[in-house]
Amino acid sequence: MPAAITAEGLVKKYGDVVALDGMELTVPEGTVFGLLGPNGAGKTTTVRILTTLLTPDAGHATVAGFDVVRDARRLRAHIGASGQYAAVDDHLTGAENLEMVGRLYHLGVKRSRQRARDLLDRFDLTEAADRPVQGYSGGMRRRLDLAGALVATPPVLFLDEPTTGLDPRARASLWEVIAELVADGTTVLLTTQYMEEADRLADRIAVVDHGRVIALGTADQLKDQVGGDRIELSVTSAADLETARRMLAPLAVGDMQLDPTALQVTIPVIGGAAALTSALGHLAAERIAVRDAGLRRPTLDDVFLTLTGHETDETSKETVR
Amino acid sequence: MNSLQVAFADGMTIAKRNALKIRRAPDLLGGVIMLPVVFVLLFTYVFGSMIELPGLSYAEYMLPGIFVMTITSSAQITGYTLTQDLQKGIFDRFRTLPMSPSAVLTGQTVSDLIMNVTSIVTMALVGLLVGWRIHSSPLEALLGFGLLLLFAYAFSWVTATVALALRTPEIFNNIATLVSLPLVFLSNAFVDSTRLPGPLQAVAEWNPVSTFIQAARVLFGNASSALPAPSAWPLRHAVPVSLLWSVVLLAVFVPLATRLYKRAVSR
Repeated sequence: MPAAITAEGLVKKYGDVVALDGMELTVPEGTVFGLLGPNGAGKTTTVRILTTLLTPDAGHATVAGFDVVRDARRLRAHIGASGQYAAVDDHLTGAENLEMVGRLYHLGVKRSRQRARDLLDRFDLTEAADRPVQGYSGGMRRRLDLAGALVATPPVLFLDEPTTGLDPRARASLWEVIAELVADGTTVLLTTQYMEEADRLADRIAVVDHGRVIALGTADQLKDQVGGDRIELSVTSAADLETARRMLAPLAVGDMQLDPTALQVTIPVIGGAAALTSALGHLAAERIAVRDAGLRRPTLDDVFLTLTGHETDETSKETVR
Repeated sequence: MNSLQVAFADGMTIAKRNALKIRRAPDLLGGVIMLPVVFVLLFTYVFGSMIELPGLSYAEYMLPGIFVMTITSSAQITGYTLTQDLQKGIFDRFRTLPMSPSAVLTGQTVSDLIMNVTSIVTMALVGLLVGWRIHSSPLEALLGFGLLLLFAYAFSWVTATVALALRTPEIFNNIATLVSLPLVFLSNAFVDSTRLPGPLQAVAEWNPVSTFIQAARVLFGNASSALPAPSAWPLRHAVPVSLLWSVVLLAVFVPLATRLYKRAVSR
Protein backbone atom coordinates (compact mmCIF):
# COMPACT_ATOMS: atom_id res chain seq x y z
CA MET A 1 0.00 0.00 0.00
CA PRO A 2 1.40 3.41 -0.93
CA ALA A 3 1.84 5.93 1.88
CA ALA A 4 -0.68 8.75 2.10
CA ILE A 5 1.42 10.66 4.61
CA THR A 6 5.16 10.56 5.23
CA ALA A 7 7.27 12.67 7.51
CA GLU A 8 11.03 12.43 7.96
CA GLY A 9 13.09 14.16 10.56
CA LEU A 10 10.70 17.08 11.11
CA VAL A 11 12.13 19.75 13.39
CA LYS A 12 10.34 22.89 14.56
CA LYS A 13 11.62 25.32 17.15
CA TYR A 14 9.97 28.33 18.73
CA GLY A 15 12.90 30.26 20.15
CA ASP A 16 14.41 27.91 22.71
CA VAL A 17 11.42 25.62 22.82
CA VAL A 18 11.81 22.57 20.63
CA ALA A 19 8.32 21.61 19.52
CA LEU A 20 9.39 18.88 17.10
CA ASP A 21 12.64 17.01 17.44
CA GLY A 22 12.91 14.60 14.52
CA MET A 23 9.33 13.55 14.04
CA GLU A 24 8.95 10.52 11.76
CA LEU A 25 5.81 8.87 10.54
CA THR A 26 4.34 6.90 7.67
CA VAL A 27 0.63 6.42 7.18
CA PRO A 28 -0.50 3.88 4.56
CA GLU A 29 -3.51 4.83 2.43
CA GLY A 30 -6.92 4.06 3.87
CA THR A 31 -5.74 3.63 7.46
CA VAL A 32 -6.22 5.61 10.63
CA PHE A 33 -3.09 6.76 12.35
CA GLY A 34 -3.27 8.05 15.89
CA LEU A 35 -0.79 10.52 17.38
CA LEU A 36 -1.08 10.10 21.09
CA GLY A 37 0.58 12.32 23.64
CA PRO A 38 0.15 14.96 26.30
CA ASN A 39 -0.25 18.69 25.74
CA GLY A 40 2.93 20.15 24.30
CA ALA A 41 4.18 16.84 22.94
CA GLY A 42 4.19 18.19 19.38
CA LYS A 43 1.00 16.66 18.01
CA THR A 44 -0.58 19.91 16.86
CA THR A 45 2.70 21.23 15.46
CA THR A 46 2.97 18.04 13.38
CA VAL A 47 -0.55 18.49 12.04
CA ARG A 48 0.07 22.17 11.29
CA ILE A 49 3.13 21.28 9.23
CA LEU A 50 1.35 18.47 7.38
CA THR A 51 -1.59 20.77 6.57
CA THR A 52 0.80 23.49 5.26
CA LEU A 53 0.01 25.96 8.05
CA LEU A 54 3.61 25.91 9.29
CA THR A 55 6.96 25.42 7.58
CA PRO A 56 9.32 22.98 9.29
CA ASP A 57 12.82 24.15 10.25
CA ALA A 58 14.26 20.85 9.03
CA GLY A 59 13.13 17.55 7.53
CA HIS A 60 10.45 17.00 4.92
CA ALA A 61 7.02 15.57 4.57
CA THR A 62 4.56 14.57 1.87
CA VAL A 63 0.80 14.25 1.87
CA ALA A 64 -1.06 12.51 -0.98
CA GLY A 65 2.23 12.58 -2.89
CA PHE A 66 2.75 16.36 -2.59
CA ASP A 67 5.59 17.98 -0.69
CA VAL A 68 4.15 20.07 2.16
CA VAL A 69 6.43 23.00 1.42
CA ARG A 70 7.08 22.95 -2.34
CA ASP A 71 3.61 21.82 -3.49
CA ALA A 72 1.63 23.41 -0.64
CA ARG A 73 -0.96 25.03 -2.88
CA ARG A 74 -1.77 21.88 -4.88
CA LEU A 75 -1.65 19.71 -1.78
CA ARG A 76 -4.48 21.69 -0.19
CA ALA A 77 -6.96 20.45 -2.78
CA HIS A 78 -6.41 16.90 -1.45
CA ILE A 79 -6.76 17.37 2.29
CA GLY A 80 -9.37 18.27 4.82
CA ALA A 81 -8.53 19.53 8.27
CA SER A 82 -10.58 19.88 11.40
CA GLY A 83 -9.03 21.38 14.49
CA GLN A 84 -9.52 21.53 18.20
CA TYR A 85 -10.69 25.14 17.89
CA ALA A 86 -13.73 24.60 15.71
CA ALA A 87 -13.09 26.85 12.72
CA VAL A 88 -16.61 27.92 11.93
CA ASP A 89 -18.12 31.35 11.55
CA ASP A 90 -20.50 32.30 14.36
CA HIS A 91 -22.62 34.74 12.39
CA LEU A 92 -23.09 32.45 9.39
CA THR A 93 -25.60 29.63 9.36
CA GLY A 94 -24.40 26.02 9.17
CA ALA A 95 -25.35 25.88 5.49
CA GLU A 96 -23.62 29.17 4.68
CA ASN A 97 -20.46 28.01 6.43
CA LEU A 98 -20.27 24.84 4.34
CA GLU A 99 -21.22 26.59 1.09
CA MET A 100 -18.44 29.10 1.65
CA VAL A 101 -15.92 26.29 2.11
CA GLY A 102 -17.22 24.62 -1.08
CA ARG A 103 -16.79 27.85 -3.02
CA LEU A 104 -13.23 28.18 -1.71
CA TYR A 105 -12.50 24.62 -2.91
CA HIS A 106 -13.82 25.95 -6.24
CA LEU A 107 -16.66 23.46 -6.48
CA GLY A 108 -18.96 26.07 -8.05
CA VAL A 109 -22.25 27.45 -6.71
CA LYS A 110 -24.52 24.51 -7.42
CA ARG A 111 -22.23 21.76 -6.24
CA SER A 112 -21.25 23.74 -3.13
CA ARG A 113 -24.89 24.13 -2.18
CA GLN A 114 -25.70 20.47 -2.86
CA ARG A 115 -22.66 19.28 -0.95
CA ALA A 116 -23.52 21.51 2.01
CA ARG A 117 -27.04 20.02 2.21
CA ASP A 118 -25.72 16.46 1.94
CA LEU A 119 -23.19 16.96 4.70
CA LEU A 120 -25.68 18.69 6.99
CA ASP A 121 -27.97 15.68 6.55
CA ARG A 122 -25.21 13.25 7.22
CA PHE A 123 -24.09 15.06 10.37
CA ASP A 124 -27.58 15.39 11.73
CA LEU A 125 -27.61 19.15 11.39
CA THR A 126 -30.47 19.54 8.91
CA GLU A 127 -32.76 21.19 11.44
CA ALA A 128 -30.10 23.67 12.47
CA ALA A 129 -28.91 24.25 8.87
CA ASP A 130 -30.37 27.74 8.54
CA ARG A 131 -29.63 28.96 12.03
CA PRO A 132 -26.51 31.03 12.80
CA VAL A 133 -23.79 28.87 14.33
CA GLN A 134 -23.76 31.14 17.40
CA GLY A 135 -26.59 29.10 18.86
CA TYR A 136 -25.01 25.68 18.23
CA SER A 137 -23.84 23.42 21.06
CA GLY A 138 -20.19 22.40 21.33
CA GLY A 139 -20.90 19.03 19.76
CA MET A 140 -22.81 20.58 16.85
CA ARG A 141 -19.96 23.00 16.15
CA ARG A 142 -17.47 20.15 16.05
CA ARG A 143 -19.68 18.20 13.69
CA LEU A 144 -20.02 21.25 11.45
CA ASP A 145 -16.27 21.81 11.56
CA LEU A 146 -15.68 18.17 10.61
CA ALA A 147 -18.27 18.52 7.83
CA GLY A 148 -16.27 21.52 6.58
CA ALA A 149 -13.20 19.32 6.31
CA LEU A 150 -15.16 16.85 4.16
CA VAL A 151 -16.68 19.27 1.66
CA ALA A 152 -14.28 18.36 -1.14
CA THR A 153 -14.27 14.62 -0.21
CA PRO A 154 -10.53 14.76 0.39
CA PRO A 155 -8.58 11.48 0.38
CA VAL A 156 -6.57 12.53 3.45
CA LEU A 157 -8.11 13.94 6.59
CA PHE A 158 -6.43 15.56 9.58
CA LEU A 159 -8.31 15.62 12.86
CA ASP A 160 -6.59 17.53 15.63
CA GLU A 161 -8.09 16.49 18.96
CA PRO A 162 -11.54 16.20 17.42
CA THR A 163 -13.36 15.41 20.66
CA THR A 164 -11.44 17.47 23.24
CA GLY A 165 -13.89 19.25 25.49
CA LEU A 166 -16.95 17.33 24.31
CA ASP A 167 -19.34 15.50 26.62
CA PRO A 168 -19.32 11.69 26.39
CA ARG A 169 -22.43 11.51 24.24
CA ALA A 170 -21.18 14.05 21.70
CA ARG A 171 -17.85 12.24 21.69
CA ALA A 172 -19.45 8.86 20.99
CA SER A 173 -21.48 10.30 18.12
CA LEU A 174 -18.39 11.91 16.59
CA TRP A 175 -16.55 8.61 16.88
CA GLU A 176 -19.29 6.93 14.89
CA VAL A 177 -18.97 9.49 12.13
CA ILE A 178 -15.20 9.10 11.98
CA ALA A 179 -15.52 5.32 11.87
CA GLU A 180 -17.86 5.64 8.87
CA LEU A 181 -15.39 7.84 7.02
CA VAL A 182 -12.68 5.33 7.50
CA ALA A 183 -14.93 2.60 6.17
CA ASP A 184 -15.18 4.71 2.98
CA GLY A 185 -11.42 4.50 2.53
CA THR A 186 -10.33 7.92 3.74
CA THR A 187 -6.86 8.12 5.27
CA VAL A 188 -7.05 9.76 8.67
CA LEU A 189 -4.38 11.24 10.89
CA LEU A 190 -5.83 11.82 14.31
CA THR A 191 -4.28 13.42 17.35
CA THR A 192 -5.65 12.78 20.78
CA GLN A 193 -4.91 12.89 24.46
CA TYR A 194 -7.46 10.16 25.09
CA MET A 195 -6.23 6.60 25.16
CA GLU A 196 -9.73 5.34 24.65
CA GLU A 197 -10.09 7.36 21.49
CA ALA A 198 -6.83 6.11 19.95
CA ASP A 199 -7.69 2.55 21.00
CA ARG A 200 -11.10 2.78 19.44
CA LEU A 201 -10.30 4.56 16.17
CA ALA A 202 -6.68 4.09 15.18
CA ASP A 203 -5.18 1.18 13.26
CA ARG A 204 -1.76 2.25 14.37
CA ILE A 205 -0.67 4.53 17.15
CA ALA A 206 2.46 6.60 17.60
CA VAL A 207 3.12 7.66 21.15
CA VAL A 208 4.63 11.15 21.02
CA ASP A 209 6.59 12.91 23.70
CA HIS A 210 8.92 15.92 23.50
CA GLY A 211 8.49 16.24 19.75
CA ARG A 212 9.32 12.71 18.68
CA VAL A 213 7.78 9.27 18.38
CA ILE A 214 8.74 7.11 21.36
CA ALA A 215 6.68 4.04 20.50
CA LEU A 216 4.77 2.81 17.49
CA GLY A 217 2.39 -0.03 16.86
CA THR A 218 -1.18 -1.25 17.07
CA ALA A 219 -2.97 -0.73 20.37
CA ASP A 220 -2.39 -4.40 21.24
CA GLN A 221 1.29 -4.30 20.31
CA LEU A 222 1.79 -1.28 22.53
CA LYS A 223 0.00 -2.97 25.38
CA ASP A 224 2.17 -6.05 24.93
CA GLN A 225 5.27 -3.88 25.17
CA VAL A 226 4.24 -3.09 28.70
CA GLY A 227 3.70 -6.76 29.32
CA GLY A 228 1.41 -8.84 31.50
CA ASP A 229 -1.82 -7.98 33.23
CA ARG A 230 -2.71 -5.57 35.96
CA ILE A 231 -4.17 -6.44 39.34
CA GLU A 232 -6.23 -3.65 40.81
CA LEU A 233 -7.06 -3.90 44.48
CA SER A 234 -8.77 -1.45 46.77
CA VAL A 235 -8.67 -1.67 50.55
CA THR A 236 -10.45 0.14 53.35
CA SER A 237 -7.72 2.16 55.12
CA ALA A 238 -4.45 3.93 54.40
CA ALA A 239 -2.60 1.59 56.81
CA ASP A 240 -3.95 -1.42 54.92
CA LEU A 241 -2.84 0.14 51.65
CA GLU A 242 0.74 0.35 52.92
CA THR A 243 0.67 -3.24 54.18
CA ALA A 244 -0.83 -4.44 50.91
CA ARG A 245 1.90 -2.70 48.98
CA ARG A 246 4.57 -4.40 51.08
CA MET A 247 2.93 -7.83 50.90
CA LEU A 248 2.36 -7.79 47.16
CA ALA A 249 5.67 -6.28 46.07
CA PRO A 250 7.19 -9.73 45.34
CA LEU A 251 4.42 -10.42 42.78
CA ALA A 252 5.03 -7.24 40.79
CA VAL A 253 7.00 -7.42 37.53
CA GLY A 254 7.21 -3.64 37.22
CA ASP A 255 6.47 -0.46 39.13
CA MET A 256 3.41 -0.64 41.36
CA GLN A 257 1.10 2.37 41.46
CA LEU A 258 -0.57 3.56 44.65
CA ASP A 259 -3.60 5.79 44.66
CA PRO A 260 -3.95 7.02 48.27
CA THR A 261 -7.30 8.76 47.66
CA ALA A 262 -8.99 5.75 46.10
CA LEU A 263 -7.03 3.45 48.46
CA GLN A 264 -6.11 1.48 45.39
CA VAL A 265 -2.98 -0.34 44.37
CA THR A 266 -2.18 -1.45 40.82
CA ILE A 267 0.32 -4.25 40.38
CA PRO A 268 1.73 -5.39 37.03
CA VAL A 269 1.85 -9.19 37.11
CA ILE A 270 2.48 -12.23 34.96
CA GLY A 271 0.22 -15.20 35.23
CA GLY A 272 -3.13 -13.49 35.40
CA ALA A 273 -5.71 -15.34 37.48
CA ALA A 274 -3.17 -17.37 39.45
CA ALA A 275 -1.40 -14.17 40.50
CA LEU A 276 -4.71 -12.66 41.57
CA THR A 277 -5.56 -15.74 43.68
CA SER A 278 -2.18 -15.65 45.34
CA ALA A 279 -2.44 -11.91 46.00
CA LEU A 280 -5.82 -12.36 47.66
CA GLY A 281 -4.36 -15.25 49.70
CA HIS A 282 -1.54 -13.04 51.00
CA LEU A 283 -3.93 -10.31 52.00
CA ALA A 284 -6.37 -12.72 53.71
CA ALA A 285 -3.46 -14.09 55.76
CA GLU A 286 -2.79 -10.56 57.03
CA ARG A 287 -6.53 -10.01 57.64
CA ILE A 288 -6.67 -7.07 55.26
CA ALA A 289 -10.21 -6.38 54.09
CA VAL A 290 -10.35 -6.11 50.32
CA ARG A 291 -13.14 -3.89 49.03
CA ASP A 292 -12.67 -4.64 45.39
CA ALA A 293 -10.27 -6.73 43.35
CA GLY A 294 -9.86 -7.27 39.64
CA LEU A 295 -7.63 -8.29 36.82
CA ARG A 296 -7.34 -6.29 33.60
CA ARG A 297 -5.30 -5.91 30.43
CA PRO A 298 -2.95 -2.94 30.46
CA THR A 299 -4.51 0.21 29.05
CA LEU A 300 -2.75 2.72 26.86
CA ASP A 301 -2.49 4.85 30.01
CA ASP A 302 -0.25 2.15 31.44
CA VAL A 303 1.69 2.14 28.18
CA PHE A 304 2.18 5.84 28.37
CA LEU A 305 3.21 5.82 31.97
CA THR A 306 5.71 3.07 31.38
CA LEU A 307 7.20 4.66 28.28
CA THR A 308 7.49 8.24 29.43
CA GLY A 309 7.56 8.01 33.20
CA HIS A 310 4.81 10.60 33.43
CA GLU A 311 1.05 10.54 33.17
CA THR A 312 -0.82 11.65 30.06
CA ASP A 313 -3.19 14.04 31.71
CA GLU A 314 -0.53 16.05 33.47
CA THR A 315 -0.91 19.72 32.80
CA SER A 316 2.17 20.53 30.80
CA LYS A 317 3.91 23.74 31.78
CA GLU A 318 4.38 24.94 28.25
CA THR A 319 1.76 24.31 25.67
CA VAL A 320 3.30 24.51 22.25
CA ARG A 321 0.97 25.01 19.34
CA MET B 1 -9.71 29.71 -14.31
CA ASN B 2 -6.39 31.52 -14.19
CA SER B 3 -4.94 32.63 -10.88
CA LEU B 4 -6.26 36.20 -11.20
CA GLN B 5 -9.80 34.93 -11.74
CA VAL B 6 -9.39 32.55 -8.81
CA ALA B 7 -8.17 35.41 -6.62
CA PHE B 8 -11.16 37.52 -7.67
CA ALA B 9 -13.71 34.73 -7.14
CA ASP B 10 -12.23 33.85 -3.73
CA GLY B 11 -12.18 37.52 -2.73
CA MET B 12 -15.88 37.77 -3.59
CA THR B 13 -16.66 34.62 -1.56
CA ILE B 14 -14.95 36.12 1.47
CA ALA B 15 -16.63 39.50 0.88
CA LYS B 16 -20.02 37.78 0.83
CA ARG B 17 -19.20 36.06 4.09
CA ASN B 18 -18.32 39.38 5.71
CA ALA B 19 -21.40 41.08 4.33
CA LEU B 20 -23.59 38.35 5.87
CA LYS B 21 -21.73 38.86 9.13
CA ILE B 22 -22.35 42.60 9.19
CA ARG B 23 -26.03 42.03 8.51
CA ARG B 24 -26.31 39.71 11.50
CA ALA B 25 -24.01 41.37 14.01
CA PRO B 26 -25.87 44.17 15.79
CA ASP B 27 -22.66 45.84 17.00
CA LEU B 28 -21.31 46.16 13.46
CA LEU B 29 -24.66 47.22 12.04
CA GLY B 30 -24.84 49.95 14.69
CA GLY B 31 -21.54 51.27 13.41
CA VAL B 32 -22.80 51.28 9.83
CA ILE B 33 -26.23 52.88 10.26
CA MET B 34 -26.58 54.36 13.74
CA LEU B 35 -23.21 56.04 14.11
CA PRO B 36 -23.54 58.10 10.89
CA VAL B 37 -27.06 59.21 11.83
CA VAL B 38 -25.99 60.18 15.34
CA PHE B 39 -22.91 62.01 14.05
CA VAL B 40 -24.85 64.05 11.50
CA LEU B 41 -27.60 65.02 13.95
CA LEU B 42 -25.32 65.66 16.92
CA PHE B 43 -22.75 67.76 15.14
CA THR B 44 -25.12 69.82 13.02
CA TYR B 45 -27.46 70.61 15.91
CA VAL B 46 -24.87 71.10 18.66
CA PHE B 47 -22.19 72.96 16.70
CA GLY B 48 -24.58 74.26 14.08
CA SER B 49 -26.51 76.21 16.70
CA MET B 50 -23.37 77.93 17.97
CA ILE B 51 -21.42 78.66 14.84
CA GLU B 52 -22.37 81.07 12.11
CA LEU B 53 -20.66 81.04 8.75
CA PRO B 54 -20.89 83.83 6.21
CA GLY B 55 -22.70 82.82 3.03
CA LEU B 56 -23.31 79.18 3.92
CA SER B 57 -25.23 77.17 6.49
CA TYR B 58 -23.01 75.40 8.97
CA ALA B 59 -24.64 72.08 8.05
CA GLU B 60 -23.45 72.50 4.49
CA TYR B 61 -19.95 73.39 5.57
CA MET B 62 -19.71 70.57 8.05
CA LEU B 63 -21.29 67.62 6.30
CA PRO B 64 -18.23 66.78 4.15
CA GLY B 65 -16.26 66.75 7.42
CA ILE B 66 -18.76 64.36 8.99
CA PHE B 67 -18.59 62.14 5.90
CA VAL B 68 -14.85 61.79 6.25
CA MET B 69 -14.93 61.45 10.04
CA THR B 70 -17.49 58.64 9.85
CA ILE B 71 -15.42 56.89 7.21
CA THR B 72 -12.29 56.96 9.37
CA SER B 73 -14.33 55.41 12.13
CA SER B 74 -16.22 52.78 10.11
CA ALA B 75 -13.06 51.77 8.22
CA GLN B 76 -11.85 50.56 11.59
CA ILE B 77 -14.32 47.71 11.28
CA THR B 78 -11.87 46.17 8.80
CA GLY B 79 -9.13 46.07 11.39
CA TYR B 80 -11.43 45.08 14.22
CA THR B 81 -12.91 42.15 12.28
CA LEU B 82 -9.44 40.94 11.32
CA THR B 83 -8.25 40.93 14.94
CA GLN B 84 -11.35 38.99 15.94
CA ASP B 85 -10.86 36.43 13.19
CA LEU B 86 -7.20 36.07 14.14
CA GLN B 87 -8.26 34.88 17.57
CA LYS B 88 -10.50 32.18 16.17
CA GLY B 89 -9.50 29.24 14.04
CA ILE B 90 -11.12 30.54 10.87
CA PHE B 91 -7.89 31.70 9.18
CA ASP B 92 -6.44 28.23 9.75
CA ARG B 93 -9.38 26.77 7.92
CA PHE B 94 -8.93 29.23 5.05
CA ARG B 95 -5.24 28.44 4.82
CA THR B 96 -5.81 24.70 4.48
CA LEU B 97 -8.08 25.40 1.49
CA PRO B 98 -6.78 25.68 -2.07
CA MET B 99 -7.92 29.32 -2.17
CA SER B 100 -6.00 32.44 -3.12
CA PRO B 101 -4.19 33.67 0.01
CA SER B 102 -4.80 37.31 -0.91
CA ALA B 103 -8.57 36.75 -0.90
CA VAL B 104 -8.88 37.13 2.87
CA LEU B 105 -7.75 40.76 2.83
CA THR B 106 -9.32 41.79 -0.48
CA GLY B 107 -12.60 40.14 0.57
CA GLN B 108 -12.53 41.93 3.90
CA THR B 109 -11.80 45.36 2.44
CA VAL B 110 -14.33 44.96 -0.37
CA SER B 111 -17.14 44.04 2.03
CA ASP B 112 -16.22 47.01 4.20
CA LEU B 113 -16.44 49.19 1.11
CA ILE B 114 -20.00 47.98 0.54
CA MET B 115 -20.69 48.79 4.16
CA ASN B 116 -19.26 52.28 3.68
CA VAL B 117 -21.55 52.82 0.68
CA THR B 118 -24.46 52.10 3.03
CA SER B 119 -23.19 54.48 5.66
CA ILE B 120 -22.45 57.30 3.18
CA VAL B 121 -25.91 56.97 1.64
CA THR B 122 -27.40 57.09 5.14
CA MET B 123 -25.43 60.21 6.00
CA ALA B 124 -26.30 61.93 2.73
CA LEU B 125 -30.02 61.29 3.30
CA VAL B 126 -29.95 62.48 6.90
CA GLY B 127 -27.78 65.40 5.74
CA LEU B 128 -30.41 66.43 3.20
CA LEU B 129 -32.99 66.39 5.98
CA VAL B 130 -30.96 68.77 8.14
CA GLY B 131 -30.24 71.24 5.36
CA TRP B 132 -27.21 69.96 3.49
CA ARG B 133 -27.38 70.67 -0.26
CA ILE B 134 -25.24 69.80 -3.25
CA HIS B 135 -24.48 72.92 -5.28
CA SER B 136 -22.34 71.34 -7.97
CA SER B 137 -23.05 69.49 -11.20
CA PRO B 138 -24.22 65.84 -10.96
CA LEU B 139 -20.90 64.72 -12.40
CA GLU B 140 -18.93 66.60 -9.75
CA ALA B 141 -21.21 65.26 -7.02
CA LEU B 142 -20.68 61.73 -8.31
CA LEU B 143 -16.95 62.32 -8.31
CA GLY B 144 -17.28 63.55 -4.73
CA PHE B 145 -18.94 60.31 -3.60
CA GLY B 146 -16.40 58.31 -5.59
CA LEU B 147 -13.55 60.08 -3.86
CA LEU B 148 -15.07 59.41 -0.43
CA LEU B 149 -15.31 55.71 -1.26
CA LEU B 150 -11.74 55.66 -2.52
CA PHE B 151 -10.67 57.18 0.78
CA ALA B 152 -12.77 54.61 2.64
CA TYR B 153 -11.16 51.74 0.75
CA ALA B 154 -7.61 53.05 1.23
CA PHE B 155 -8.22 53.72 4.92
CA SER B 156 -9.53 50.15 5.38
CA TRP B 157 -6.09 48.91 4.34
CA VAL B 158 -4.49 51.25 6.86
CA THR B 159 -6.61 49.87 9.71
CA ALA B 160 -5.98 46.31 8.43
CA THR B 161 -2.24 46.92 8.67
CA VAL B 162 -2.48 48.31 12.19
CA ALA B 163 -4.74 45.44 13.24
CA LEU B 164 -2.44 42.74 11.86
CA ALA B 165 0.50 44.32 13.67
CA LEU B 166 -1.36 44.55 17.00
CA ARG B 167 -3.43 41.34 16.68
CA THR B 168 -5.79 41.73 19.67
CA PRO B 169 -9.19 43.43 19.33
CA GLU B 170 -8.90 45.39 22.59
CA ILE B 171 -5.46 46.83 21.87
CA PHE B 172 -6.49 47.61 18.31
CA ASN B 173 -9.58 49.51 19.47
CA ASN B 174 -7.61 51.62 21.91
CA ILE B 175 -4.86 52.50 19.47
CA ALA B 176 -7.28 53.16 16.63
CA THR B 177 -9.31 55.62 18.71
CA LEU B 178 -6.15 57.26 19.99
CA VAL B 179 -4.89 57.83 16.46
CA SER B 180 -8.10 58.63 14.60
CA LEU B 181 -9.48 61.23 17.04
CA PRO B 182 -6.62 63.74 16.63
CA LEU B 183 -6.49 62.89 12.92
CA VAL B 184 -10.08 64.09 12.56
CA PHE B 185 -10.07 66.95 15.06
CA LEU B 186 -6.74 68.40 13.96
CA SER B 187 -8.26 69.04 10.56
CA ASN B 188 -10.62 71.43 8.86
CA ALA B 189 -13.61 69.15 9.63
CA PHE B 190 -15.34 71.44 12.11
CA VAL B 191 -13.34 74.64 12.13
CA ASP B 192 -11.79 76.84 9.52
CA SER B 193 -8.14 75.82 9.65
CA THR B 194 -6.92 79.34 8.87
CA ARG B 195 -8.19 80.45 12.28
CA LEU B 196 -6.07 77.91 14.21
CA PRO B 197 -2.85 79.03 15.96
CA GLY B 198 0.38 78.67 13.92
CA PRO B 199 1.70 75.12 14.45
CA LEU B 200 -1.78 73.62 14.69
CA GLN B 201 -2.71 75.37 11.48
CA ALA B 202 0.23 73.80 9.69
CA VAL B 203 -0.70 70.35 11.01
CA ALA B 204 -4.35 70.80 10.08
CA GLU B 205 -3.57 72.04 6.59
CA TRP B 206 -1.19 69.25 5.73
CA ASN B 207 -3.30 66.56 7.42
CA PRO B 208 -4.52 64.27 4.61
CA VAL B 209 -7.94 64.15 6.27
CA SER B 210 -8.23 67.91 5.62
CA THR B 211 -7.35 67.37 1.97
CA PHE B 212 -10.14 64.83 1.54
CA ILE B 213 -12.63 67.08 3.36
CA GLN B 214 -11.65 70.06 1.25
CA ALA B 215 -11.92 67.96 -1.92
CA ALA B 216 -15.42 66.84 -0.88
CA ARG B 217 -16.40 70.47 -0.18
CA VAL B 218 -15.17 71.51 -3.59
CA LEU B 219 -16.89 68.65 -5.41
CA PHE B 220 -20.21 69.09 -3.59
CA GLY B 221 -20.06 72.88 -3.86
CA ASN B 222 -19.96 73.29 -0.07
CA ALA B 223 -16.93 75.59 0.06
CA SER B 224 -17.96 79.05 1.20
CA SER B 225 -16.86 81.84 -1.12
CA ALA B 226 -17.11 84.25 1.79
CA LEU B 227 -14.46 82.38 3.80
CA PRO B 228 -10.80 83.09 3.07
CA ALA B 229 -9.51 80.52 0.57
CA PRO B 230 -7.05 78.07 2.13
CA SER B 231 -3.49 79.00 1.27
CA ALA B 232 -1.75 75.65 1.92
CA TRP B 233 -0.75 73.80 -1.23
CA PRO B 234 -2.63 70.50 -0.57
CA LEU B 235 -5.84 72.41 0.12
CA ARG B 236 -5.55 74.58 -2.96
CA HIS B 237 -5.32 71.43 -5.10
CA ALA B 238 -7.49 69.25 -2.88
CA VAL B 239 -9.02 67.00 -5.55
CA PRO B 240 -5.82 65.87 -7.32
CA VAL B 241 -3.88 65.73 -4.03
CA SER B 242 -6.50 63.52 -2.39
CA LEU B 243 -6.37 61.21 -5.41
CA LEU B 244 -2.61 61.12 -4.97
CA TRP B 245 -3.01 60.38 -1.25
CA SER B 246 -5.33 57.45 -2.07
CA VAL B 247 -2.80 55.98 -4.47
CA VAL B 248 0.03 56.42 -1.96
CA LEU B 249 -1.96 54.89 0.90
CA LEU B 250 -2.88 51.88 -1.22
CA ALA B 251 0.65 51.47 -2.58
CA VAL B 252 2.09 51.44 0.93
CA PHE B 253 -0.54 49.63 2.96
CA VAL B 254 -1.74 46.88 0.59
CA PRO B 255 1.69 45.18 0.46
CA LEU B 256 2.35 45.94 4.13
CA ALA B 257 -0.94 44.44 5.29
CA THR B 258 -0.37 41.40 3.06
CA ARG B 259 3.05 40.81 4.60
CA LEU B 260 1.79 41.25 8.14
CA TYR B 261 -1.10 38.89 7.43
CA LYS B 262 1.30 36.16 6.36
CA ARG B 263 3.37 36.72 9.48
CA ALA B 264 0.36 36.84 11.77
CA VAL B 265 -1.16 33.57 10.59
CA SER B 266 1.97 31.44 10.23
CA ARG B 267 2.96 31.37 13.86
